[in-house]
Amino acid sequence: MPYQESLVAPMRAEMTEMGAAELRTVADVDAAIGSATGTTLVFVNSVCGCAAGNARPAVKMALGHSALPDRTVTVFAGQDVDAVARARSYLGEYQPSSPSIALLRDGEVVHFVHRHQIEGRSPQAIAADLTKAFDTYCSNSVGA
Amino acid sequence: MSGHVFHPGHHDLHGITVVLETDVELWVGRFDSVTPKGVLLHDAGCYEDGVTEGTREEYLRKTLKFGVRATTKNKLIPEDAVRGMRQLAEIAGHD
Repeated sequence: MPYQESLVAPMRAEMTEMGAAELRTVADVDAAIGSATGTTLVFVNSVCGCAAGNARPAVKMALGHSALPDRTVTVFAGQDVDAVARARSYLGEYQPSSPSIALLRDGEVVHFVHRHQIEGRSPQAIAADLTKAFDTYCSNSVGA
Repeated sequence: MSGHVFHPGHHDLHGITVVLETDVELWVGRFDSVTPKGVLLHDAGCYEDGVTEGTREEYLRKTLKFGVRATTKNKLIPEDAVRGMRQLAEIAGHD
């Protein structure tokens, strides 16, 4: 059962304020991910304070890096159920968990951060994983 | 909002993905609590000796790469059946 929207609104805002496009419908997801070329960071948001409370700041830190994905999008697990299911359909063999973070290049998952890789870790450590992946897979450099 | 926890007073492992071993099975799931009926896991996947293809180690390697293939929403495992429990992240060797 979804949480009250007023409760999750700040968590949505935390993502959109850092530049992530929020995808709330299947059509949104298909438009953003379905035929996207280049690199796309997909953040599966969650109300879970244990893990998402560190994941969102980690993404924000990572988006301050020099190499960046072409676009960053977010879906909210447990809230926008259809959109999340559609987003997960683009993630191949990777199993659902939330929060989680996928980096896609030309529609293929090239890096995945599972919930178990977020739990108990600092935002800095999670961000370091992400920026390493950005360096490897993303050619979109700030100021380039 | 960052760092906000909705479930204060919980067990230290609450919300953490754990690997729980019994004599014949290995479960991977999100720890909830220890209840009078046993350890409660959510969204759990299971390796069953002699039934599941491959070894326990291979099952864990695949889980580390692709995530938990959950087959059970809620799983209670009697405490006296538990031979060991550790965080999945420990196996991955994260800081």
